[in-house]
Amino acid sequence: MKQKYMLPLTGVFLLFLLAYAGVEGAGMQWFFGIVVPYAAVLAFLAGFVYRVMGWASSAVPFRIPTTCGQQKSLPWIKQNRIDNPDTTAGVFVRMVLEIFLFRSLFRNTKAAFNRNEKNKLTYSWEIFLWLGALAFHYSFLTVLLRHLRFFLNPVPACIKVVEYFDGIIQVGLPIVMLSGFLLLGAALFLLARRIFDEKVSYISLAADYFPLFLIIGIAVTGIFMRYFTKVDILGVKTFTMGLATFHPVIPEGVGGLFYAHIFMVSILFAYIPVSKLMHMGGIFLSPTRNMANNTRMKRHINPWNYDVDIHTYEQYEDHFRDKMIDAGLPVDKKE
Amino acid sequence: MSDELKPDELLDKVDHSPASGSWMDTTVQIRPGIFSYAAKPESLETLSAPNPRQWNPLDDDWKLPENWQEIIHNGIKERLEKFRTFKIFMDVCVRCGACADKCHFFLGTGDPLNMPVLRAELLRSVYRNDFTTAGKILSKIPGGEKLGGGRPMTVEVLKQWWYYFFQCTECRRCSVFCPYGIDTAEITIMGRELLNLLGLNIDWIATPVSNCYQTGNHLGIQPHAFKDMLDFFTEDIEEITGVNVEPQFNVKGADILFITPSGDVFADPGTYTCQGYMILFKYLKDKYDLNVTWSTYASEGGNFGFFTSHETMKRLNAKMYAEAKRLGVKWILGGECGHMWRVINQYMDTMNGPADFLEEPVNPITGTKFENAKSTKMVHITEFTADLIKHGKLELDKSRNSNRVMTFHDSCNPARGMGLLDEPRYCIQNVCDNFFEMPENTIREQTFCCGSGAGLNAGENIELRMAGALPRANAVKYVHDKFGVNTLGTICAIDRAALSTLCEYWVPEVEVYGVHELVGNALILPGEKKRETDLRMEPLPGMEDDDE
Ligand code: HEM
Ligand code: SF4
Ligand code: SF4
Repeated sequence: MKQKYMLPLTGVFLLFLLAYAGVEGAGMQWFFGIVVPYAAVLAFLAGFVYRVMGWASSAVPFRIPTTCGQQKSLPWIKQNRIDNPDTTAGVFVRMVLEIFLFRSLFRNTKAAFNRNEKNKLTYSWEIFLWLGALAFHYSFLTVLLRHLRFFLNPVPACIKVVEYFDGIIQVGLPIVMLSGFLLLGAALFLLARRIFDEKVSYISLAADYFPLFLIIGIAVTGIFMRYFTKVDILGVKTFTMGLATFHPVIPEGVGGLFYAHIFMVSILFAYIPVSKLMHMGGIFLSPTRNMANNTRMKRHINPWNYDVDIHTYEQYEDHFRDKMIDAGLPVDKKE
Repeated sequence: MSDELKPDELLDKVDHSPASGSWMDTTVQIRPGIFSYAAKPESLETLSAPNPRQWNPLDDDWKLPENWQEIIHNGIKERLEKFRTFKIFMDVCVRCGACADKCHFFLGTGDPLNMPVLRAELLRSVYRNDFTTAGKILSKIPGGEKLGGGRPMTVEVLKQWWYYFFQCTECRRCSVFCPYGIDTAEITIMGRELLNLLGLNIDWIATPVSNCYQTGNHLGIQPHAFKDMLDFFTEDIEEITGVNVEPQFNVKGADILFITPSGDVFADPGTYTCQGYMILFKYLKDKYDLNVTWSTYASEGGNFGFFTSHETMKRLNAKMYAEAKRLGVKWILGGECGHMWRVINQYMDTMNGPADFLEEPVNPITGTKFENAKSTKMVHITEFTADLIKHGKLELDKSRNSNRVMTFHDSCNPARGMGLLDEPRYCIQNVCDNFFEMPENTIREQTFCCGSGAGLNAGENIELRMAGALPRANAVKYVHDKFGVNTLGTICAIDRAALSTLCEYWVPEVEVYGVHELVGNALILPGEKKRETDLRMEPLPGMEDDDE
C-alpha cells in the first residue's frame, strides 16, 4: 500500500533536488530554464494533438448516450431535455454542465449498510469529491491564467481582472492570491482521499499519486517564492519574456528554487499526454455524454457496418414447414 | 450448494472495506454460486463461434487456442479502432472512485473487484501495458510496469476477466455517476467480445443465442408449440372473461407486427403479461378494427447476442425487420423487455436499417404520430398504451386492481439506455389506484439492477444473483414496510423472472407484475362476462367470498 505513494513522493522530491542542485551546484540554468521548458511544451503540444487525433480516428459505430432522465416521447410527457437530450442544443447544455460544473460528479452518493434488524442500505449525498474537484480545477485554471502575465507584454486586461478577484481579500503584502492556497489545499484534500479513503486507496495506482505530488510541489515552491524568498520578479519576467519571444536569456539573481518550480511545471506538461490527465480532452469526446438520444428518430450510420449471415425465414420455413402446416400456421410454400 | 445460503448469512458477508494489498496481486478464486457454467460446444457451433469444446471453469486447463494471447491482442487493437468509447474509456479514467459504490454487485458482495472502476481496470491494465507509450516504456524497466499500473496478459488475468465480466449485468448505473461518462457496461461488452474470440462464453447465454438463431426464440420453442402456448392462454382468458381473444400468427398485410420476449410466453409470471397483450389486441380489434399479428419466426424480442458480441446481436436482431418486411406490416410494436429495448433504441436501425419498407408509426386509433420512432419504426407498448389511455380509448376498471399496492422497478436498459420512465408509470397509475415510489436514489436513472441481467439469470450462480439483488430488494422492502406495497411492477421479461426470485428470497410478501398484466385485468372487453378472478385466477377484490 504505502509504496504506492512513497515512490511517486520520492520521485517528485528527486526531481526537485535535481533541478535545484543542477542550478545551484552545476550552474545548469540554461538546461533547466531553456532546454527543458521548450522540450516540455513541444512534448505537450505534440502529445496532446496526437492523443486527441487518436481518439478522433476511432469510429463511433453506435449512438449510445447514457440517458439520465425522461426521453422525448409523447407530446404530453415532459422530456428531460438536458439529461436525455434529443437535439444538439440539449447535448451542448449537457456538455457545458459536465465540463464546467462536473454535473455527473455532483450526483455522487455514498452507500452505507447497517447490519441490524432493519438491514438498511442507505445512500447519502456525497458532495466533497465534487467540491474538492471543483476547487482544484478552478484554482488550477486561475493560477494558470495569472501566470500568463509573465509571458505577455503588456498584460491583457482580462488577466488583471482575474488577478483582481483572486486577490480580493487583501491581506498583507504581497497581496495574497487565493488560488494558490486553494490549489494547494484542494490537492492535499484529493491526496488525503487517496490515502485514507479505503476504497479510493485500493483503486489508486502509483501513477495516481504522482501528478498530485507534482502539483503540490509546484504550488509549494510557487508560494515560497512569492511570500517567503521573494524571488526577483523583474528577473523572472525578463526570463519568461525571453522564452515567449524565442530569445531566451538567463537573468542574474534568480535562484535554484525558481528553476525547480519551472522544472516541475515542465514535467507536468510533458506528463499530461502520456497519462490520465488527458481526461481534459477525453471528456469532450465521450460518446455516452456528447451524443443525442435520437437514434429512433434519425438513423445513425456505422462506418464499418458489414453484412452478416442470418437464419432467413425461408430456411426457417423449410425446416418447420410440415409442423407449421399441421398447426394451421400460414406458410409461403405449400409443399 | 450455495442456494442454501440464507438471507441472513448473505447479509453477514456484506463488507464494503477492501482488504489491504494490491488488487493486481490477487489471484482469482472461481467460486461455485458465483459463476455460470461454460457454454456447450453445440451451442457455439450453431453460429460458427470460435473454439467450441467441452470445458470447465473450475479446471486449470481452459483448452485455449495455442495463440490465444495474439488473438486477444489483435482483438483489443481492432476494437480500439472500431469503438471510440472503448479507446477513450481505456484512457481517461482518473480513478476518482465516484463509481465504486454504485454497482449492485459491489454493494451485495463486497468484492472490491466488483467496483466498476476495478472491473474496467482488469482490462485497462493490459491495455496500458501493451498499447500505451508510457506502459511500453515502463515495462522495460524492472518493476516499472507496476508504477504505471500495467500487467502482461496471462492466463491468470484471462480468468479474472472471465469471472468478473460475467459478474456485470451491463446495467450502466456506474456510468451515470462518472464525470466522464465512462460506461463500464461498454467495457464489459468489449471484454465479453474478446472472451468469445476464445470460446469463453457461458451456457446461459450461448444456448439461448443458438436457439434463437435457429428456432426463432431463446427457449427453442418450435412454431407449433409457440402457437399451442398462446392457444392455451386463449382458453384461460375465455374462462375468465368469456371472450375468445385468439391471436393471429404470421399474417401478411396486418397493420402491426408485435414482438415480445419469449419469456412472456413461457415463464410465469410473464405469461400473465402476455395475456394482457392478448386482451389489449382483442379489444383494439373489436373496437377499432386494428390488426395485430404475432410471428413465430421473429418470436423473440430479447437478444442474448447483445451479451455475446455486436455481430451476434446483429445476426439475431435482423429477424425483426426481415419479418416485418415479409409480412408487409406498417410498423412494429415491441413488448415489455429491458435489453431488447436498448438494442432497438440504440442499435437496431444502425445495424439492420434503414427500415424504409415500413411507415412512420402512427397510432391509427388516436392519430398520434410517434415522432420519436420515426426512423426505427418500432414503438414501445407502454408508449402505445399510454397514448390510448390519454385519448380515452380504453375502457378501464381500476377497481379490479385495487388489491394491488404498487411500486415500479425501472429496468436498467429502458432507464439508462432509452429514458422510458414516465410512460409505464402513466399506464400503471391509470389501471391501479395505489402507487408508491421507491426512494429517489433507487429509481429512474439511478435504478438498481435486478442482479440477473445480461445473461446472468442462471440457476447455478444464485448466490451472485441474490447478492446483486440486495440493493433493489432493500428498496422494495422499504416501501413494503412503509406503505404496505405488495406488488412490484416492471416492464422487463428478465425482471419478471428475476425479481420474482429476488422477492421470494428477500421480500416474500411482494409479487411481481408486468404492466400489461394490470392493463389486462382492468380492460373491459366488449361483451365480457362479469369477471370473478384476475388473470392469475385469484379472486378479484370484493369477490373473495364468492370463492367456494
Ligand atoms: C481542462 C483541464 C483539466 C485539467 C488540467 C485537469 C487536471 C486534473 C488533474 C491534475 C487531476 C489529478 C487529481 C488526482 O490525481 O487526484 C484531475 C483529477 C480530476 N479531474 Fe481534472 N482536469 C481538467 C479538466 C477536468 C474536467 C473538465 C473535469 C470534469 C468533469 C475534470 C474532473 C476531474 C476529476 C473528477 C478528478 C478526480 C479527482 C481525484 O483524483 O480525486 N477535470 N484533473
Ligand atoms: S467514476 Fe469514472 S473516472 Fe472515476 S473511477 Fe469511476 S470510471 Fe474512473
Ligand atoms: S454496468 Fe452495472 S453491473 Fe456493470 S459495473 Fe457498472 S454498475 Fe456494475
